[in-house]
Amino acid sequence: MRTHPGIVAIALAIAAFLVAFLVIPVVAVVYTAFSDGHGGFTLAHFAAFHEISLMRESFANSLYVAGMTVGLGTLIAVPLAYLTVRFQFRGAILVQTLGVLPLVMPAFVGAAAMQLLFGRSGSVNLILKDAFGVTLPLMEGLNGVIFVETLHYFPFILLNLSAALANIDSSMEEAAQNLGASGWRLFRKVVFPLAMPGYVAGASLVFIKVFDDLGTPLVLNVTNMLAPQAYLRVTSIGLEDPIGYVICVILVAFSIGAMGGSWWFVKRRDYALVSRGGVQAPRRRLTPWQALLAYGWIAGMLLLVLSPHLGILLLSISKVWSFTVLPEQLTLAHYATVFTESKQMIWNTFLYCGLAALLDVALGTAIAYIVLRTKLPGRQLLDHLVTIALAMPGLVLGIGYLRTFKGVELPFGGGALTASWVIFVLAYAVRRLPYALRSCMAALTQVHPALEEAAENLGAGRWNTIRRVVIPLMMGGILAGFVTSFITAAAEISETILLTSRESMAPMSYGIYLYFQSVLGRGPGAALGVIAVALVAFGTYVSHRLVAARSPHQSGGGQ
Amino acid sequence: MNPVGVDIRHVALSFGATQVLKDISVSVEPGEFFALLGPSGSGKSTLLRLIAGFNQHQAGEVLIGGRDVTGTPPWKRDVGMVFQNYALWPHMTVEQNVAFGLEERRLPRAQVREKVAAALDLVGLAGYGARRPGQLSGGQQQRVAIARTLAIEPQVLLLDEPLSNLDARLRVQTRQELVKLQRRLGITTIFVTHDQIEALTTCHRVAVMDEGVIQQVGTPMELFDFPVNRFVAQFVGSVNLFAGRFEREGGALRFASEKLGRVALPAGVEPPAGEHDLAFRPHAVSVVDAAGPEALSLRGAVENAEFLGEFLRYEIRVGAGLVIADIPHARGRAPIAPGTAISLAIPASELRFVAA
Repeated sequence: MRTHPGIVAIALAIAAFLVAFLVIPVVAVVYTAFSDGHGGFTLAHFAAFHEISLMRESFANSLYVAGMTVGLGTLIAVPLAYLTVRFQFRGAILVQTLGVLPLVMPAFVGAAAMQLLFGRSGSVNLILKDAFGVTLPLMEGLNGVIFVETLHYFPFILLNLSAALANIDSSMEEAAQNLGASGWRLFRKVVFPLAMPGYVAGASLVFIKVFDDLGTPLVLNVTNMLAPQAYLRVTSIGLEDPIGYVICVILVAFSIGAMGGSWWFVKRRDYALVSRGGVQAPRRRLTPWQALLAYGWIAGMLLLVLSPHLGILLLSISKVWSFTVLPEQLTLAHYATVFTESKQMIWNTFLYCGLAALLDVALGTAIAYIVLRTKLPGRQLLDHLVTIALAMPGLVLGIGYLRTFKGVELPFGGGALTASWVIFVLAYAVRRLPYALRSCMAALTQVHPALEEAAENLGAGRWNTIRRVVIPLMMGGILAGFVTSFITAAAEISETILLTSRESMAPMSYGIYLYFQSVLGRGPGAALGVIAVALVAFGTYVSHRLVAARSPHQSGGGQ
Repeated sequence: MNPVGVDIRHVALSFGATQVLKDISVSVEPGEFFALLGPSGSGKSTLLRLIAGFNQHQAGEVLIGGRDVTGTPPWKRDVGMVFQNYALWPHMTVEQNVAFGLEERRLPRAQVREKVAAALDLVGLAGYGARRPGQLSGGQQQRVAIARTLAIEPQVLLLDEPLSNLDARLRVQTRQELVKLQRRLGITTIFVTHDQIEALTTCHRVAVMDEGVIQQVGTPMELFDFPVNRFVAQFVGSVNLFAGRFEREGGALRFASEKLGRVALPAGVEPPAGEHDLAFRPHAVSVVDAAGPEALSLRGAVENAEFLGEFLRYEIRVGAGLVIADIPHARGRAPIAPGTAISLAIPASELRFVAA
């Protein structure tokens, strides 16, 4: 069957969009890093990067922070995952909560609250100083970044590892026990290696996220890391400074390296054998001592994970809060301030993120259909192009946009593209597209082709089949994709900081960042943060409900 | 190593409110190849896992080599188990898989290497040590699983449906290899299966299980020839089974059943007291012109015939019931046409009376 010309046109339009707003900006960044300015290839900028001691230090710091975060996140996540999957105990719901809570609050929002709780003169250290005369440098310099990022990102390891552990057939463990292994040796030699694909997927994701993060170090005033340096070079020295581009290339290389590495790792070994019977290991009972340890560990983690949430809430309703364990006077004034001063920003967030999410699900649905349901040559290329966006740090795409679209005018007298709010929509949409696409693909995979054939058999043409059968059946997945795109865009900060050229066009996330720049702004910043968290939490809840509602009864036919 | 016996004494096990094993007692002799045969849900796998230590019984005791292992964790039992799905670890090579149990026993490296090579050689996989399980066929994977278990020289070998994941042709071959291996090593082996052919062809003795109870223990022939109850008669081989009661009229003995009506039993047949079913195997039925007094005689009409090569399987309507008769086929002989009225004879020696 020949592919419908309309589909070819749509595929070409999508490809053009991806090339214009993903490929060209990234290529422009890479090109600038390697270009001598006259069209020739040079490594001089990399050499220059290496000459600057601050850059070498930043590079080492970024690696150190990302590595430490993965390490500490592993220490938190591994016992929690093992506990929930392998033991009978009532805390499973608590651990699940632990897994979601940090994700609903952008790391940089939590950072400000953590400063007040764990900083040099924060609540915890004030208590410690009173009681024991010591303080812990939890939030000093890089420690602070590691601390904040660990609490924010360990759920990625927890969720991936739990899923992998739950997938291991019980006989894999029993065989080892039968041959004489138990306890720690059983875990180290059999259980953990079998769950390795899940662990590696989670750990590499955490590494990338932390390595690329701009918001958290900036809020904590840590600038001797790669992402903040790139931002500072581009904003202070200017778009022509090649060092910023060198940093971008390093960020991209590490992202691709970590993603590719984890893919290769899983691919290299045949793990398909692991889950074959589908029998989950029976959950073991905890001895009283183990139970005490387990609940203690979970309670401690819950308290830590909740601390930024509580902190930001307290901060948003406190008149002044400094050098005291808890704020002394409470007020709702910050919320009033936010609603008068920042109404525009809240509206902007809804506008940009809503349009970006809409664009994402439209593109996602179209790409999913083209990839899964047509024989269009090269259709996989669309999927691969979108996947590139997954490895693109927001900072890099932001810088790429500024460089590529500098001087590009919008049609109908809309002014410069880089000074317009349209650029937010484009940047948000491109980076969230992979999530929306996964969601749409999953939804379409569940729709049995026979349902479409039935419609065609009854006389519906291709477009009517898509409109009346395919899209309604995919709706759960499309909505879930929309919500995911929306909330992750609302919490985005790296692109946002770079692309904001006027305060009036800034979204909420930039507003929070801006407020946190001054001591006086901390209250309103926290209030805006609470609103953002509520928004993200609500969105997360809705998306979970949508995914849950998308049950097999919609799928029809076999899998 | 001298083979050891396994004694199960009055073992009971429940999962929550469900009683899975009810007062199980059975003795497996040293060096015996013993089968646990039963349909799914009969408790046979539960009993096997109990011997391995993966299930804990609530009453009774389990003795291995005369030692009570109740409360001994799986990793201290020295009971080798081959899992239904083989449970080979994909992150280890074949060699590493086989070496695992030896390493857990802290054997010196040289000895581990030696024993791994010997075990792989035993199952005919010498030279496959460096491969990963995913690169092997199903049959090879199973042999690795057996080598991994035998490498630790366990006291008892437990096989959980070892043939069920193999295709039909390979199953017969593997079955024969298993028997040879067991006879050669003389290791006490307990084999769980739902397939009567597997149990009958491989094992010295078989325990037939249903609903958590051992129905009968015996050699394959004992089970086939002298089933003690309806379940065993039906589960081992195929059978014609009719419920009814005995009536004595003068010197003649009759069997009255809803399905067959009232039929005269041949002279010399002595039924046991109480309610029993009349049972006979399809191959014991023959088509005759007229049955003699030494046989049970039935008259009916052919309803259906299936040609199975060596014999024809007829369904014959007798009264309100159907009798299955396996009649040997001779070259060129035409099947009896449906609707034909025929006489059947079953020799007195082939009649069994089994408890309902």
